[in-house]
Amino acid sequence: MTPFTTLTGIAAPLPMANVDTDKIIPARFLKTIARTGLGKSLFANLRYKSDGEENPDFVLNREPYRHAEILVAHENFGCGSSREHAPWALLDFGIRCVIAPDFADIFHGNCFKNGILPVKLPRAVCDQLIEDAQMGPNARLTVDLQKQVVIRPNGEEIPFSVDPFRRHCLLNGLDDVGLTMQRGAVIDGFESRQKAAQPWLYP
Amino acid sequence: MTEPTPRTLYDKIFDAHLVETTEDGTGLLYIDRHLIHEVTSPQAFEGLRQAGRRLRRPEATIAVVDHNVPTDASRHTTIVEPESRLQVETLERNVAAFGVPYIPLASEKQGIVHIIGPELGLSLPGMTIVCGDSHTSTHGALGALAFGIGTSEVEHVFATQTLLQKRARNMRVTVDGTLPAGCTAKDIVLAIIAKIGTAGGTGHVIEFAGEAIRALDMAGRMTVCNMSIEAGARAGLVAPDETTFAYVKGREHAPKGEAFERAVAWWKTLPSDPGARFDTEVRLDAAGIVPQVSWGTSPEDVLPITATVPDPEDAADEARRAQLRRMVEYMGLTPGQPLRELAVDVVFIGSCTNGRIEDMRAAAAVARGRRVAPGVRAMVVPGSGLVKKQAEAEGLDRVFLEAGFEWREAGCSMCLGMNPDKLTPGQRCASTSNRNFEGRQGPGGRTHLCSPAMAAAAAVTGRLTDVRDLAPAPAPLPERQAA
Repeated sequence: MTPFTTLTGIAAPLPMANVDTDKIIPARFLKTIARTGLGKSLFANLRYKSDGEENPDFVLNREPYRHAEILVAHENFGCGSSREHAPWALLDFGIRCVIAPDFADIFHGNCFKNGILPVKLPRAVCDQLIEDAQMGPNARLTVDLQKQVVIRPNGEEIPFSVDPFRRHCLLNGLDDVGLTMQRGAVIDGFESRQKAAQPWLYP
Repeated sequence: MTEPTPRTLYDKIFDAHLVETTEDGTGLLYIDRHLIHEVTSPQAFEGLRQAGRRLRRPEATIAVVDHNVPTDASRHTTIVEPESRLQVETLERNVAAFGVPYIPLASEKQGIVHIIGPELGLSLPGMTIVCGDSHTSTHGALGALAFGIGTSEVEHVFATQTLLQKRARNMRVTVDGTLPAGCTAKDIVLAIIAKIGTAGGTGHVIEFAGEAIRALDMAGRMTVCNMSIEAGARAGLVAPDETTFAYVKGREHAPKGEAFERAVAWWKTLPSDPGARFDTEVRLDAAGIVPQVSWGTSPEDVLPITATVPDPEDAADEARRAQLRRMVEYMGLTPGQPLRELAVDVVFIGSCTNGRIEDMRAAAAVARGRRVAPGVRAMVVPGSGLVKKQAEAEGLDRVFLEAGFEWREAGCSMCLGMNPDKLTPGQRCASTSNRNFEGRQGPGGRTHLCSPAMAAAAAVTGRLTDVRDLAPAPAPLPERQAA
């Protein structure tokens, strides 16, 4: 996994609540056996018209947001299906940070597994950042995970909090499967105890 | 000696599966059952392959194909759509290479992963159950801790049989009283989501309790737990009781004989202790519930069937007004219009929410002796091959076919627009599924979520209908006199 330390980039404003994962990547694009290549289908139903042409009204079809690396949205971002294709599509498009008042649980966890930082900030702050983002090419935000601050174009620093273990994994690009595999002996011990107490789980 | 702290059902299952806790409070949680399907597993198998890893407990895993599969007879020869076929074939290659038990498409046990788990006794009370699918919450109806995970977590469970988890907050939703005639478990859960919102349960596990929940059969409890995720909660739970034990007893993979008795003794210790602390409490009176139907594009935008389309201009703030205007436009509605006037093009009865035999019976009771309205396409899709077989043994297939419904093969079907069963742009559908997001059932499709009885009622009248307004079903037609 690519470590996430500091990111300075174009922020795209998406002032919508309840952006569900079907919206981020509709189910018809889940028929892939790879993690890559989903960027072109990100927000497909909003981004393209029924004839396949780009919808010029959608933010990611406009300059400079075609090059957005940060997305700022409203409440309950990523609700719905558990599909990890949603963070894969964001990542493949080039987005490595989503800022919103809150996130749905499964999507929130999936982001960290893919080097994407979800930042929770109050709605009023998100609205301020959305206004910043609407400044176009000057809409560059900095997200510093080391210092845990978002830096606005005017230089103001906004602190955010993040789970310490997830921050550590993200900063160092750690694969937690590898970390847990080092606990094999402890898992063995659990299984022996469980097998004695609940043998029906080990037919 | 101090009394032990009273614990919730969730806390008890979580504690019983805690392998260890790290300094920062992250738990390593042991997983008893891992269900997998073709859509969210290929990248996890690929990850194992690249790292040279194997499955820690393939025998605790079960694979099935459901999302991509066509639900017509064509699937018995080949899956025509090449990308869908590739996903199914990839799963078949992966289960063979990694030694994972698999229920093939040709088996009568094939079905939607959340239908077959309980049905085959693979999902049991007190278990931790995961699947790369958000509707894994369904299995919580058994009194199991069951939740959806992403593909990276699927890989983590493959390799370690564990997950890294922070303890969730406890929420209890108590539904008091008795459900009125014409209302079902689906109406209960839609009413709950309308009340607490799609983020109401975020960060929580919901325990559903109260007289109206206790009175539900297992199918109804599964419908309620299934849609916990639509209320924002990763998992929903119902305390195991005699209804649960009677359901589990005798199922293929359930413990038998003395092992069953021993299991029941443990399961009986699981219900929340008196005085257990819930971070959030919600109460609802079942007697006040009327048949529910969604009108918008989020599962919280639900109203009684007797209501009218809301006016976006009545909303409190501009952001919400804009959201509602978009919904009204997308759904092709007019503010003030009675929901009961909305003509439907398609009716879909099935899915992991409402694809069980009890759902088939409820829909058939409405369809019996009636006809699907002209111009309406009505599909009934059993949740599994075993549900289909049982329904056919009861003659329900004939009831549906004689009424003009399609009677199809098991699968996810029109719940999610990943297989040939899709809405076309602008089509309006009364659906027993779980999500009414824009484009969920096909690009441009318009979904109205409701119960199986309400969906069947919409099929026979051609519009959204209050099932309580239908005259009592005509007497069954004599055997050989069917139209």
